[in-house]
Amino acid sequence: MDSQHFSVPPRWSAWLLVLPLVALTLWLLWIFHVALAQSPDERLAERALAALPESGVTNPVTAVLLNYRGYDTLLELAVLLAAFLGVWALGEAPRGFAPAGPALRGMIAAVVPLALTVGGYLLWVGGHAPGGAFQAGAVLAAGGVLLHLGGDPRAGLPAPDTQRALATLGVAVFTLVGVATLAFGRGFLTYPVAGAKGLILLIESAATLAIAVILVAVYVGGHPVERER
Amino acid sequence: MMTPESSLALAVAVPLLGALLTAAWPRGKRASDAPAAGWWVVAAVWRHGTLRAELGGWGAPLGIALTADGLSAAFVLLTALVGAGIAVHASGYFQHFASARYFWPLWLLLWTALNALWLAADVFNLYVTLELLGLSAAALGALGGTRAALAANLRYLLIGLLGSLTWLLGVALLYAAYGTLDLRQLAAAIAPGPVASAALTLMIGGLALKAALFPLHFWLPPAHASAPAPVSAVLSALVVKAAVYLALRLWYEHFAAVITPVAAALLGALGAAAVLWGSWRALRAVRLKLLAAYSTVAQIGYLFLFFPLLQALPAGAERERLLGALVLMALSHGFAKASLFLAAGSIQHHAGHDRIDELGGTAQHLPATTFAFGLAGTALIGLPPSGAFLGKWLLLENALRAGQWWWVPPMLAGSLLAAGYVFRVLSRAFNREPTPRHFVTAARTELPALALASVATLALGLGAQWLWRLLGIA
Amino acid sequence: MSAPFLYGSAGLILFGLGLWSLLAHAPLLRKLIAFNIMGSGVFHIFIALAERGARPPDPVPHALVLTGIVVAVSATALALALGQRLEEPDDDTGI
Repeated sequence: MDSQHFSVPPRWSAWLLVLPLVALTLWLLWIFHVALAQSPDERLAERALAALPESGVTNPVTAVLLNYRGYDTLLELAVLLAAFLGVWALGEAPRGFAPAGPALRGMIAAVVPLALTVGGYLLWVGGHAPGGAFQAGAVLAAGGVLLHLGGDPRAGLPAPDTQRALATLGVAVFTLVGVATLAFGRGFLTYPVAGAKGLILLIESAATLAIAVILVAVYVGGHPVERER
Repeated sequence: MMTPESSLALAVAVPLLGALLTAAWPRGKRASDAPAAGWWVVAAVWRHGTLRAELGGWGAPLGIALTADGLSAAFVLLTALVGAGIAVHASGYFQHFASARYFWPLWLLLWTALNALWLAADVFNLYVTLELLGLSAAALGALGGTRAALAANLRYLLIGLLGSLTWLLGVALLYAAYGTLDLRQLAAAIAPGPVASAALTLMIGGLALKAALFPLHFWLPPAHASAPAPVSAVLSALVVKAAVYLALRLWYEHFAAVITPVAAALLGALGAAAVLWGSWRALRAVRLKLLAAYSTVAQIGYLFLFFPLLQALPAGAERERLLGALVLMALSHGFAKASLFLAAGSIQHHAGHDRIDELGGTAQHLPATTFAFGLAGTALIGLPPSGAFLGKWLLLENALRAGQWWWVPPMLAGSLLAAGYVFRVLSRAFNREPTPRHFVTAARTELPALALASVATLALGLGAQWLWRLLGIA
Repeated sequence: MSAPFLYGSAGLILFGLGLWSLLAHAPLLRKLIAFNIMGSGVFHIFIALAERGARPPDPVPHALVLTGIVVAVSATALALALGQRLEEPDDDTGI
């Protein structure tokens, strides 16, 4: 980006900014020290771990993300969607890269299928070990980024309408599950204990697809356009 | 079984589903259900008082709760009505442009974020909500497409991110010290001490950035003036209010043990400066939308003028009445500013520009719009019977009664300057003899402005006691 | 000096450094990197709070950080796209 603005300010004016910030940081360090000293013995850990059997999964982080604080995750997927729409609204995607040479092509041929497999594995294993929708989506997106670097202008993504549908799928499934549980009298996003695991897996699968598509689409940088190669 | 509490989750879920539908199928428009979801919340609070819904069935502090009392319901109502007006206007405004397909999903996501914010009861959830609000607002503002719009909204996005990060730092400190993220539990647990004060300072600082409180207001005029008219309307009327609403909540409900008169006075002083500076710059503005944006800076200042006066009153009926006056002013400004921007949009669309000095003859071509502008201006100045008049009157009364007479001169000066800039525009609009051909030339784009201005000037002032009953004030 | 304090302090120092860079440097890319560093700093604090010695760590801050990372990535993406459009030649046709 714009490196012409990279001028060197005179020595003394730099301190005008540095000294208050150093003071701010020191003050925050002291506050943090006091906060740790007065902190309660338990924060939310025991409660979260104790409720784990009812949550439907055995990975406590997944339980927090998809069950206890599922509403946060829902809104966060909406933030991703907003970024996706915002980037597409700005116009067409810039030109991609030239087609890859043999070395990069070989690497892509080896790594991208691996990324797909690892992504799928991370999605499944997230229920009982570190993993989950976001991690899986990020790995899949890495595969897409590699494809784009190797010269594929669409980075392995499907047609624009399909991209749009997949991007909304994550929030859609999550919201519909919430409305369904509300309609059945249980409350928004209150899963039945027996069906919790299935619902979480359903939501996570949709979310993985959405996250992967959105991250790659946002990396591509704009609305896809068919160009001559 | 649909309980009153279900209305809370639905107020968030319905606009969100609308956003998804318009994102996936750009040809249709499903904006009509979102106001209905808002109405339901208001009706539920009116009948049942304060509501609380624990999402996921997990009680706080493990789960996230949504809560609605009179204050939240008032702002949900504001969002529903202003949103409905803007939506009607936008359906006419965006007929000719390709950006419309991105306007509706982003607009509905913004609506979702607003409802989620008014109803939030969890401090980290508010962080996510604030981010959704900031991102969709910046993306909407950038739909203007011009370099000015892109640059201004990029700056708005970055400022918003800085505000959210300081908020998040405050959340981290609160979690460290109190072990919970739920606002109600935090309110019970917070005791005077360095940690609570630091967290409050960080969070209020982040909110001051987002509310464009002087001197952190520099990003607002370019961003609001360069966005498309319906977007400017929602930005000025609703999005900046969100930050003021949160500041109010934090100040008086959750951090009540920690606030000091000095801090309140500081906020009041910044508010007074905002009133003077914003009104002065509005008077000198060259463009109509820039005038409206600076007017927003001034009106936000009025809202912060309430803080030291609320501080001076002990908790009780008197304070409740003053709080009601603040809400009345916030709502009044919301309606009036939305109407102003919609009117400015119609004028700009018709005349091809919005330079005030060259607006001669607008009254003849766009009589309904000019009338709406006049009505909205009445609410901004604070003339009876508008809601703002009542609000300013109570503010004045309390300032004198509390012995803090020094807040009165900035208020009066602000009202005078507001009269100045409103009449400046009207005088240009009535340049030629006002013999209009038709009152309304383009119903879809003009009537919403008129309707919103009427609410600001007539309905809020004459119907204030209904608002106060909703807020639970005797 | 406990482990949470050391790790959290590193986070606060990152926050301060990021804030300085945000205010001191003009190019957009530097500001965005500064934001991400500030964000990482705050995430450090959350992770530090999750430590509970020999017992399993507190999962709630971990989930909060995951959410925070996604939000930060979305915002960075939008800011980069806006910045990229600004780099392109003038186009003043708009609404």
